Amino acid sequence: MSKKAVADFYVVANTPLNSTNFLLKLKSTSTLPTFKPGQFVNVDIKGTDEIFLRRPFSIFEVDYNENTLSLIVKILGRGSKKLTEIEVGEICSLVYPLGNGFTIPLKGEKVLLIGGGSGVAPMLFLAKVSETQHDNINLLLGARSIEDHVDVQKYAEYGYLHFSTEDGSLGETGFVTQHSIFRNNLQYFDRVYACGPDAMMKAIAKEAKAANVFCEVSLENLMACGFGVCLCCIEPTNKGNLCVCTEGPVFNINDLKW
Amino acid sequence: MVDLKIKIHNIEFKNPVMTASGTSGFAEELMDFYDVSQLGALFLKGTTLKNRDGNDYPRMAETASGMLNAVGLQNKGIDYFIENIYPRIKNYDTPLIVNVNGSTVEEYIELTERVNELDKIPAIELNISCPNVKEGGMAFGVSCVGAEVVTKAVREVYDKTLIVKLSPNVTDIAEIAKAVEAQGADCVSLVNTFLAMAIDAEKRIPLLSTVTGGLSGPAIKPIALRMVWQVYNAIKIPIIGMGGIMNATDAIEFMLAGASAVQVGTAIFKDPFIPVQIVDGIKDYLERHNLKSARNLIGALQL
Repeated sequence: MSKKAVADFYVVANTPLNSTNFLLKLKSTSTLPTFKPGQFVNVDIKGTDEIFLRRPFSIFEVDYNENTLSLIVKILGRGSKKLTEIEVGEICSLVYPLGNGFTIPLKGEKVLLIGGGSGVAPMLFLAKVSETQHDNINLLLGARSIEDHVDVQKYAEYGYLHFSTEDGSLGETGFVTQHSIFRNNLQYFDRVYACGPDAMMKAIAKEAKAANVFCEVSLENLMACGFGVCLCCIEPTNKGNLCVCTEGPVFNINDLKW
Repeated sequence: MVDLKIKIHNIEFKNPVMTASGTSGFAEELMDFYDVSQLGALFLKGTTLKNRDGNDYPRMAETASGMLNAVGLQNKGIDYFIENIYPRIKNYDTPLIVNVNGSTVEEYIELTERVNELDKIPAIELNISCPNVKEGGMAFGVSCVGAEVVTKAVREVYDKTLIVKLSPNVTDIAEIAKAVEAQGADCVSLVNTFLAMAIDAEKRIPLLSTVTGGLSGPAIKPIALRMVWQVYNAIKIPIIGMGGIMNATDAIEFMLAGASAVQVGTAIFKDPFIPVQIVDGIKDYLERHNLKSARNLIGALQL
């Protein structure tokens, strides 16, 4: 049995979540492997010569009964823009499963999961499969404004939800690192996880390091292959230049040169 | 039953479809998808004497029908390869070929001698065409004198199959091919990437940390094909053709232009199964055209 696959999926839903994020739900004709939160798929985007390479997307949800997986597609450039135009019924080729995934929180561990923008995707997946119980999970989700937040109310069943917006239109005003749950008692948590813009993750990493708290972040670099042969998506680490696609995308902050 | 086997120097390959150096890692990465013994050969990631961290990020930029890279030969050096990687891959049932790089002639010689000790490596690909390193690399491959000096020096210490990988960033690639043939190369592989650049107009910055890098992908295919044709008409030793091959038709075109085999490179980034699909596609083509052997395609262009 091969560890990785390339296969065609059918688009079963492509729903706008807000002005820049879309929920893309894809159905496989073959049985899906077990995905880990933090892992990603590399998506082929058809329709133009300008888009030659696949685009990596973190896995948001997997339904093993339906054989579907969902991605949050944020419009960042020509590739992601084109992908949001795909229609239900169309075929979409994926390379999967890629990357290492987050360390799954164990029973009884208190965790803070921080997602910024479309970075909420792997955080919600992690909350869902986490072995620790609801009361130990705090999800802190940040965005510029209430319109940029993806509706995640159903995730309240996995943990406590906290919001921050830069304009104060939802939850506390400011960046996630200015939120009271982060500010007041970071050492309360056994594990802190983050996915979002680099500046956000770097700010979180700095505080987590100072508080000596376990912290993993999910990086997003430009990639060509996604499975470790092109050596393009490297991140300088204490172990040298590592491929974000195979040695990551999840890194412990102590291994990074941040 | 069609015969896909081809012979280059004294090595018989089960089919003419190989992977290009720098696009298939050390073969293990492809084993995560399928058994690489289905392929004609694998050209391993460019190796140097010592560890190289490669160039700074960003090292890659997507361009129309292709991409630029400026990886800069990131690898852990020959000692690491021999101690850690070689033992894991040496029994794969297809030839594994080490891509040899140096910044001086002495480094090429020393590295070749190290690789020569490895029983299961039947050939080396002498890389005198990497556009992404400051010293050595392409500097040797863009002049006949430079190409001759390295080829001659390595030939003197290496008895197995010597393949020299040529740069397309030259005025006349056929002249370089003739020069390395005269110094005892057993085969040439062409082409490496084209020196190129990409710019972000809004930010007014280059898209690569190194400003320039190597262009690969379908964008370069017609030029690569022309170069294979020119070299085929200039030398007698076999050619391994490459440059933007995405499917069996592309591969067959390179063989018709004179290549004895092909390397699939950038296409692997898009879909690692493409080399396997090309093997099947060549088989179908031969059956459809009532040809008995893949060897019937080599230089069979009708003028």
